[in-house]
Amino acid sequence: MIKVLYFAWVRERIGVSYEMVETESETIIGLVDELRQREQRYEIAFADLSALKVAVNQELCDFDTKLSGASEIAFFPPMTGG
Amino acid sequence: MLVSVQSNDFDIGKELEFLNNSGRNNGAIVSFQGVVRNNSTNSLLHMDIEQYPGMTQNAISNYVETAMERWSLNDALVIHRHGKLFPGDRIMMVATAAMHRHDAFQSAEFLMDYLKSRAPFWKKEVTKDGYHWVEPIINDEKALERW
Repeated sequence: MIKVLYFAWVRERIGVSYEMVETESETIIGLVDELRQREQRYEIAFADLSALKVAVNQELCDFDTKLSGASEIAFFPPMTGG
Repeated sequence: MLVSVQSNDFDIGKELEFLNNSGRNNGAIVSFQGVVRNNSTNSLLHMDIEQYPGMTQNAISNYVETAMERWSLNDALVIHRHGKLFPGDRIMMVATAAMHRHDAFQSAEFLMDYLKSRAPFWKKEVTKDGYHWVEPIINDEKALERW
């Protein structure tokens, strides 16, 4: 089981701030595709991956990153700090 | 080095005094303060700043450590607020202390550029008509290229 977190408008579109996900995917993009097929709210949230960023174990990474060793994955829009 | 992600306000004067009294031989202290700006129609009620608990603090600490390695700094601090903030409120501050001003200015700009586009914060602007998430500014992303 992997803890999957969502922030900002991704959280709003999916409707939860985090959830535990059982997956057989090997990469983040595989997990994304799996979620998109589950329900429409994921399809809407993940419609444009170029508008999203992803972190594994609280480190920014790419969507083709492998899931091995991942205990926490977060999806969010580009940051707007400062 | 001090990194704080907090909801409460801070006293920039006290923070700078603390930074200068750390016992090092400072010749230059540069500070930047970010303030909640109203929108173009002056209709901003407040802003909600969301963070990623855990990651935000660590990510900022990593950028401060990078700055300390890259420039000759005596000390550096970053304070960034989250939660509900009103126009005119302080959002964040960066301060760097060095022997010479070049290191202090450069590292403060580096930290600001990284905080803008790489620290996990998301700003939501609330007006009486609703709210929207602040879009990233392309030039902010481009600013990282110079480092």
